[in-house]
Amino acid sequence: MDYNWDWGVFLRATGIGDEIYLDWFVAGLGWTVAVALAGWIVALLLGSLLGVLRTLPNRWLSGLATAYVELFRNVPLLVQLFIWYFLVPDLLPEPLELWFKQDLSPATSAYLSVVVCLGLFTAARVCEQVRTGIQALPGGQTAAALALGLRTGQIYRQVLLPQAFRIIIPPLTSEFLNIFKNSSVASLIGLMELLAQTKQTAEFSAHLFEAFTLATLIYFTLNMSLMLVMRRIEKKVAVPGLIAGGK
Amino acid sequence: MRIASCLLGSALAVALSSGPAVAAEELTGTLKKIKDTGTITLGHRDASIPFSYLGGTSREPIGYSHDLQLKVVEALKQQLGLPELKVRYTLVTSQSRIPLVQNGTVDLECGSTTNNVERQQQVAFSVGIFEVGTRLLTKKTSGIQDFPDLKGKNVVTTAGTTSERLLRSMNVEKQMGMSIIAAKDHGESFLMLESGRAAAFMMDDALLYGEMAKARKPDDWAVVGTPQSFEIYGCMLRKGDPAFKKAVDDALVATYRSGEISAIYDKWFLQPIPPKGLNLNFPMSDELKKLIEVPTDKSAEEM
Repeated sequence: MDYNWDWGVFLRATGIGDEIYLDWFVAGLGWTVAVALAGWIVALLLGSLLGVLRTLPNRWLSGLATAYVELFRNVPLLVQLFIWYFLVPDLLPEPLELWFKQDLSPATSAYLSVVVCLGLFTAARVCEQVRTGIQALPGGQTAAALALGLRTGQIYRQVLLPQAFRIIIPPLTSEFLNIFKNSSVASLIGLMELLAQTKQTAEFSAHLFEAFTLATLIYFTLNMSLMLVMRRIEKKVAVPGLIAGGK
Repeated sequence: MRIASCLLGSALAVALSSGPAVAAEELTGTLKKIKDTGTITLGHRDASIPFSYLGGTSREPIGYSHDLQLKVVEALKQQLGLPELKVRYTLVTSQSRIPLVQNGTVDLECGSTTNNVERQQQVAFSVGIFEVGTRLLTKKTSGIQDFPDLKGKNVVTTAGTTSERLLRSMNVEKQMGMSIIAAKDHGESFLMLESGRAAAFMMDDALLYGEMAKARKPDDWAVVGTPQSFEIYGCMLRKGDPAFKKAVDDALVATYRSGEISAIYDKWFLQPIPPKGLNLNFPMSDELKKLIEVPTDKSAEEM
């Protein structure tokens, strides 16, 4: 293929202020991390709550959580993002709508939309893992806890959840990494995260392959490091003899 | 990746150049490929109204650039003695168009691609087919008359375009405090404008007229402001293929000389166009008249 390779492109001036292309990647990485971490906090809190609800004996509460999971898991992420960004603000009361669209800076309104979108989407997936974590525990534990006179809240807090969360660290890790990768949808509503900066570099410099290669390396390195961190956490919190995982 | 593409590149080069190396008079490069396969692959866009877009009755693209592309195909049929030359269409996006031309998927791309110095390092451009100025689309009631009025406002533009670059530089150099939204395509940029997220949309004027024609109430909108730059659109082809470039240039220049260009221009800019039957009412600019009179394959910055 007749391609003009030039790896020095990242150090070249973009023509805007005195930025070089590498600055764009750094700024983009910052947004990616900010989106993913905020989204993850929402997902972990809401997902854990929903996961617990799904295992409760109350049919209404568990049904509610099931409905949530089915709704958010079965609609494509991109569709959800467009709904949050384009549709939901129009449904707000007018003062709130104007505030969201005009008073907030475009980057902030895009950021809020994408954090809500990723957080709620990922919560459905976290919920399923928390549920399976709880259900993987022998039923005798709940029975024993009840026999000791613990209330439902106590059973979850002191018996079930501490074990369930330890069991599900590996699948939670992959959700954690997924949210970093999924954060790239933000590029489609104008948030200048890593993928958007990559595309912009590719367009401006006409060095598409170099730009995407660098983006690949950044995503890969980021996710590999996160995975290693999560593995350390898994080892650190492991209770010997409790579960087999984390060799 | 580098090694793989080098290997691929050399394999392709061998495949393409094995013939001409022995007999210099034979066809080379893209012309040979077209002659051998009896097929030419044209790149087109899906929503660059009225240059190259889908929206006609068939599944084939339509538009001003597309008509010029077909003029080239007609000329190639004659030149290569291939009346049955088959045309294949490949949809390209602003991201994919350059690599697809380079790797041989697309032989010729005529859409709304600006000829600039950065792109010239990767691909070759035909003589210019259109010239635009970058201006603003805004609501008539917004009070925005020109670029200085944008101070402190939200302004949308399409990601990866020259307008985005100009807007960002302007923001830094003149400290205008604009919030710049980079939408993924022209349709989404207009949506940002129409839904009140942005006060103005900066883009190539011809495309702004195209978006305006699609609006729910076209009369509410106006294209304003002094052009911040002029840009020449060209057709893209592979670099280092002078024979094919000459064939393309000759066909385009012949269309300019014969005056057929006026009919093509009128059809897309001064008459109702699909899909909604709206008229862009965009008279030919002096810049374009000059470009047609004195065709050039230089970018506007080089002139």
